[in-house]
Amino acid sequence: MRLRLEPRPEPSRLAGWLSPIVATLAVLAIGLMLFSAMGKNPWEAMYVFFIEPIDTLYDIGELLLKASPIMLCAVGLAIGYRANVWNIGAEGQLIMGAIFGGGVALAFHGSTSWLVLPLMLVAGLLGGVLWAAIPAFLRTRFNANEILVSLMLVYVASFILSLLVHGAWRDPEGFNFPQSKMFDDNALLLNLLPETRLNVGFMIALAAVAMAWLFMRMSLVGYQMRVAGLAPAAANYAGISASRTVWLGMLIGGGSAGVAGVGEVAGPIGQLLPIVSPGYGFAAIIVAFVGRLHPVGIFFASLLMSLLYLGGEAAQMRLALPSSVTGLFQGTLLFFLLAADVFIHYRLRVIRTAPAVAKPA
Amino acid sequence: MTDAATTPRLQLTGITKAYPSVIANQDVSLTVLPGEIHAVLGENGAGKSTLMKIIYGAVKPDTGTIAWEGKAVAIANPARARRLGIGMVFQHFSLFETLTVADNIALALEKDRSGDDLPARIREVSTRYGLPLAPDRHIHTMSVGERQRVEIVRCLLQDPRLLIMDEPTSVLTPQAVEKLFETLRRLASEGCSILYISHKLDEIRALCHKATVLRGGKVTGTCDPRHESSTSLARMMIGSDLPHPQHRQAQIGADALVVRDLSLDADDPFGTALHNISLTVRVGEIVGIAGVSGNGQKELMAALSGERRVPDADRIMLLGQAVGRLDAAQRRALGFAFVPEERLGRGAVPEMSLADNALLTAHRQQLVSRGFVRHDAVRAYAVETIRAYGVKAGGPDAIARSLSGGNLQKFIVGREIRQHPKMMIAAQPTWGVDVGAAAQIRQALLDLRDSGVAVLVVSEELDELFEICDRLAVIARGRLSDAKAVSDTNAAEIGLLMSGSFIASGAEPHRPFSPAGMI
Repeated sequence: MRLRLEPRPEPSRLAGWLSPIVATLAVLAIGLMLFSAMGKNPWEAMYVFFIEPIDTLYDIGELLLKASPIMLCAVGLAIGYRANVWNIGAEGQLIMGAIFGGGVALAFHGSTSWLVLPLMLVAGLLGGVLWAAIPAFLRTRFNANEILVSLMLVYVASFILSLLVHGAWRDPEGFNFPQSKMFDDNALLLNLLPETRLNVGFMIALAAVAMAWLFMRMSLVGYQMRVAGLAPAAANYAGISASRTVWLGMLIGGGSAGVAGVGEVAGPIGQLLPIVSPGYGFAAIIVAFVGRLHPVGIFFASLLMSLLYLGGEAAQMRLALPSSVTGLFQGTLLFFLLAADVFIHYRLRVIRTAPAVAKPA
Repeated sequence: MTDAATTPRLQLTGITKAYPSVIANQDVSLTVLPGEIHAVLGENGAGKSTLMKIIYGAVKPDTGTIAWEGKAVAIANPARARRLGIGMVFQHFSLFETLTVADNIALALEKDRSGDDLPARIREVSTRYGLPLAPDRHIHTMSVGERQRVEIVRCLLQDPRLLIMDEPTSVLTPQAVEKLFETLRRLASEGCSILYISHKLDEIRALCHKATVLRGGKVTGTCDPRHESSTSLARMMIGSDLPHPQHRQAQIGADALVVRDLSLDADDPFGTALHNISLTVRVGEIVGIAGVSGNGQKELMAALSGERRVPDADRIMLLGQAVGRLDAAQRRALGFAFVPEERLGRGAVPEMSLADNALLTAHRQQLVSRGFVRHDAVRAYAVETIRAYGVKAGGPDAIARSLSGGNLQKFIVGREIRQHPKMMIAAQPTWGVDVGAAAQIRQALLDLRDSGVAVLVVSEELDELFEICDRLAVIARGRLSDAKAVSDTNAAEIGLLMSGSFIASGAEPHRPFSPAGMI
């Protein structure tokens, strides 16, 4: 008797939805082993990591607050990924969005107009779009690999932000700290839930999830992008423009990441700092895949990812664990997901020794 | 006669092989005598390939026995089959393009047979059987027919006592088919048994001594094909009589597609460049392009469909407009439809449902409003296509990949025709499609022509082209012959053209015949 992986006649939908759940359970199991190996009580550690961060209303607010930018980035990226457009630079596009949106807030510092916030969101969207347009242009014009270009631009964006907050945009009354002025109240997102820090950014993220679903499921262009991702030759046969697919895939991801950037600086941060994101743009890549590139899946996956961030912080404070625990959990989650995904296209079969057909002569 | 002549070379008894979704072979018995050319006849999906794989050791049967020269054997793998003396020439070749003939053959032989004298033995065997081959030629310079010779010689060098040929003539010109038959007859006269798999009834009647007919995995009869008519063989094969296409007088109208002096470089190293192609297709006629595949059909189709654009827009005129620079969608908007050669991955998205695949090209049929897909209308379009073209599928939600090749082809043909095109191109429309479905597709193309559509058909099957076309042109080495009225030509003439006889001798002085690719 032996085990054999054999291709399924059709990809299994059940395995597709089970895979993220299996991966999450596997991460929990690894967590238990890891905490015991480090000499902590594993059950207490698990409680601190996964339950404590969400046991009060305030904490729930934090969970949703952190999930919002991840959700925004991930739904945008997923549209591109569906079309085989591999934008890895959402983090950079998020930073550019923060710079553009923050720039508007600083330029209109002192104004009381209600228009400042909408203008910031539009500017942030534009910043993300512009930053994503660079790899899109290089890919369609010179066939440059968008994975590399978009990734490298993350660091460029990060340095531009650093340059600004250390230089031109530094708060003159900020005791020389590398940070901008605090934004005015009319440049901040409205609070959504009293007693918490949750703001309107969460509603924006939910709206993006709904729009992404509508776009991918109901629109012809969304359908055509899925075709381009699944069968490029069929897309070419039907006359679906390959360069339009790349442009849309990149710009939608860039735009949503840009809005997420504004959400951060006009939300919990309230000013420009050298670092505006703890890697939401990268975490969104994992979230997009854990969520099966589906807007609804991404909604739940961003909550999970947000919980990993919060749990990691709690574990640092309460259990004196290193901050890399968060990254470790993120990594193992993706690892187990990819492993479990094998069963979408394959199934495990137990092979019993076959009855002999005939004895060799 | 000696005792060896009466003991069957190969005897299968009660072979059954079931897969999770289908029973490929059910209680199949087959007896092949020494020196016999034995046809295995059946539609696609009748279980021919599975049976051959069982004989060649690539698939294990669930039950049943195999006797080789009177002794029961278990053929565990192809190496064991080769040691017994079973050779197989596959429909799809397994040759390395960048290696020479001798290298390719040496790779397949066991060590003790691939010594320094191999080139000499290749020459010897290939001339003895009328299959001339130069051992030091590279595969990529060879035509498909020449590649098949390499495969056959490779088998012959292993002194086979049973040679399995899987649809060997689908890639050959009529003249090459005749030569192949001579070789096979000669082999048989020397005592080698041949299992000949095909669905071409005329060939089987001309070549084979005996035929075993499979339908739905079961043997439906054995006969001597020399004493049967094509009609009676077809009845055994499909279980009913073949519908005959109705051919009405053509009502020729205006020019729908005019190609003028189109030349195009190959876009990949093993592709074929197009040279000065000129072609006119008029409303109400079917023009056929014959030729062995790899002679520029792929490149010509890509240029005509808009999948590859042409710098000079007016080299291709579609319904009076210069369309060379338009993409496939823009050409479709003018009333163009196209059935490509590859169904999965090009004509249809394998992972998507039939409904979603209907949307691929039919979205101009009021299936979209204000940019949003009308899912109900899309489903209705798919359902109606499935019904009207007799597609065997689970319904509009069936995944394209789950359909058999013939059924998916019917769906694609139906999807394209139901868009009411003014100009339609079909490449290899019945390739791998079973006989009944093929007849249905040909009838659909004829009906289209009678309704005043210009139709261009590219096919390797001469019978098919003669059956439905009004005019025929031949493509060879990237050049297209003048189109001739079907009534003014015959298979022999077209076959000659297929070997490139119409190309002026000064065009390529130093190059050997090599349609599949030149560097």
